[in-house]
Amino acid sequence: MTRPRTLFDKIWDRHVVHEREDGQSLLWIDRHFVHEGSHHAFAKLRERGARVARPELTIGIADHYVPTRTRDLGRAEPQIADMVRRLEANTTEQGVRLFGLNDPRQGIVHVMGPEQGFTLPGLTMVCGDSHTSTHGAFGTIAFGIGASEVAHVLMTQTLWQRRPKRMRVRFDGRLAPGITAKDMALAFIARVGADGARGHAIEYAGEAVRGLSMEGRLTLCNLSIESGGRCGMVAPDETTFAFVKGRPYAPAGEAFEAAVEAWSALPSDADAAFDREVVVDAAAIAPTVTWGVSPEDALPIDGAVPDPARIEDPSRAAHAREAIDYMGLRPGQRLTEVMVDRVFIGSCTNARIEDLRAAAAVLKGRRAAVPGLVSPGSMIVKAQAEQEGLDRVFTDAGLEWVASGCSMCVGMNGDIAAPGERCASTTNRNFKGRQGPGARTHLMSPAMVAAAAVAGRLADVREILGETA
Amino acid sequence: MQPFVTLTAPACPLPLSNVDTDQLIPARFMSRPRSEGYGDFLLHDLRRGEAGALDPAFPVNAYPGAGILVARRNFGCGSSREAAVYALADFGFACVIAPSFGDIFASNAVNNGLLPATVEEAEAETLLAALERGGELTVDLERQEIRGAGAPIRFAVDPVWRTKLLNGWDDVDLTLSHAEAIAAFAARDAAARPWAQLPRD
Repeated sequence: MTRPRTLFDKIWDRHVVHEREDGQSLLWIDRHFVHEGSHHAFAKLRERGARVARPELTIGIADHYVPTRTRDLGRAEPQIADMVRRLEANTTEQGVRLFGLNDPRQGIVHVMGPEQGFTLPGLTMVCGDSHTSTHGAFGTIAFGIGASEVAHVLMTQTLWQRRPKRMRVRFDGRLAPGITAKDMALAFIARVGADGARGHAIEYAGEAVRGLSMEGRLTLCNLSIESGGRCGMVAPDETTFAFVKGRPYAPAGEAFEAAVEAWSALPSDADAAFDREVVVDAAAIAPTVTWGVSPEDALPIDGAVPDPARIEDPSRAAHAREAIDYMGLRPGQRLTEVMVDRVFIGSCTNARIEDLRAAAAVLKGRRAAVPGLVSPGSMIVKAQAEQEGLDRVFTDAGLEWVASGCSMCVGMNGDIAAPGERCASTTNRNFKGRQGPGARTHLMSPAMVAAAAVAGRLADVREILGETA
Repeated sequence: MQPFVTLTAPACPLPLSNVDTDQLIPARFMSRPRSEGYGDFLLHDLRRGEAGALDPAFPVNAYPGAGILVARRNFGCGSSREAAVYALADFGFACVIAPSFGDIFASNAVNNGLLPATVEEAEAETLLAALERGGELTVDLERQEIRGAGAPIRFAVDPVWRTKLLNGWDDVDLTLSHAEAIAAFAARDAAARPWAQLPRD
């Protein structure tokens, strides 16, 4: 009998091309996404006069720098237009398929990949973007890499890696009404810390995870990197197979049936060992928001800003002081008293159709007290939202409805908040300056951002919807 | 790549935890070609006051010529941007000492010949305190120890990374020596997992 294995190990073992005595494995890579930011890697290929080894396994997407208020590069800032054009030139030169700025399927790489069926269970997937962990929602090993590694994958379709430790995060019980995958992820990160899962491949399991839609699982896995995890995964099941079926680049017909048979063998064996196990009581999770400058600075919405004077660990107390100072808050201040200046609904974390529906459900028939931007995760999500009339809900509420891209999550395209402005955001990082120099970010779910928009302050969406638990 | 064996250099204390890659280099600078140099972008916004002038009290400004940076936990967390390492390296840092590092950052560092040296939290505090008025440290990768602040301090580094840094090895050359094994794997895999293949568009 073979040793019981985890989901992670089954996929890893299948991809080892060569194993060295020192523990390094040369892994085969099934899918590689490149974007405008991959220009450093393409420059390395040029220096060597090298070609992309397997262009058909490489997928180019314009997302990080794309303008969201126009699709005409002539009207975009020259530096930004240049980044989009450089990606076009690099992918054309290397024979790599590109989902460019004006492709109707364009979107954020971690939204568009699953949407097009590039993301499947049982694969290895990499991209020069730390939120590549998103794709793990399908039961696949997916992680972010740096430019040197991007160049390495382009030239060899492989990557040297050391097998990480395995961690299982079990969300027992069911989520209360109005609680989302975003709240699960923030609650978990707050508990273990922003480096709590460092060096580990995370498998999310338990009743609350099984109950999530693919959109929810994508959000949960997306935030794996914010707990320091190497990657995050959910075992594939009927929910996964139903999502994959019929996608443009997914296997079809008999090939799909054969794939499902292979994928059905992927879930961790019942007695597989994990290096670490964390159990979270899913039913106890409340709507969660961040107050500080790290995703670990997260609290239930009915909480208050911590008092650094009461934190014993000097380095953690120093972090809290820095964060409170940057964020312009007071120790002990109720989170629901924190006024916001604008909102952002978008990003690879929370801009899928389900996210937009959740935000629209709160905004329908209401006015936003502050300005804000809604950027769908892909142009296909945008089209679907418009078909459902969600765009009207947002614009009637006073928010701006724009095209798809990374937008205000990272501010590379010029969509930013002003210095000192406070933004309630569905994104993944509340780092200092992430949404623009001096900008202050509070992370939360789409429904909670919508609630903040209506209230003009951080607010409990359950109170706005009259569903106080 | 330049091998890293032993480095003796002025060290800069940066008593901050969770120094994320957005602090190390804000996103707006990453469109520049590396050849232009990334040193000026290092910790760009943290090093400057509200008016945009360099804050003379900020550690990296206050300890010019430093080659070693000492920080608190979770250094380099966040995005996969290798530009964070370019900024450190082009500024003149060849080693960062901290209690923990973001995984992707650490890997990027090694790929650029920059040593991420992991020490216990208490030892990081010892170093930060010892360096308050500046000073030199010696980082000895062969012996995995840091000298210059009292008793030598052991640091941890992945043994594979250690070998790679000591020799200045480049992965691509090494991988290309396995070209036959890679081709054989790809052929076997295409037959075994037809569903995992992609057509050319």
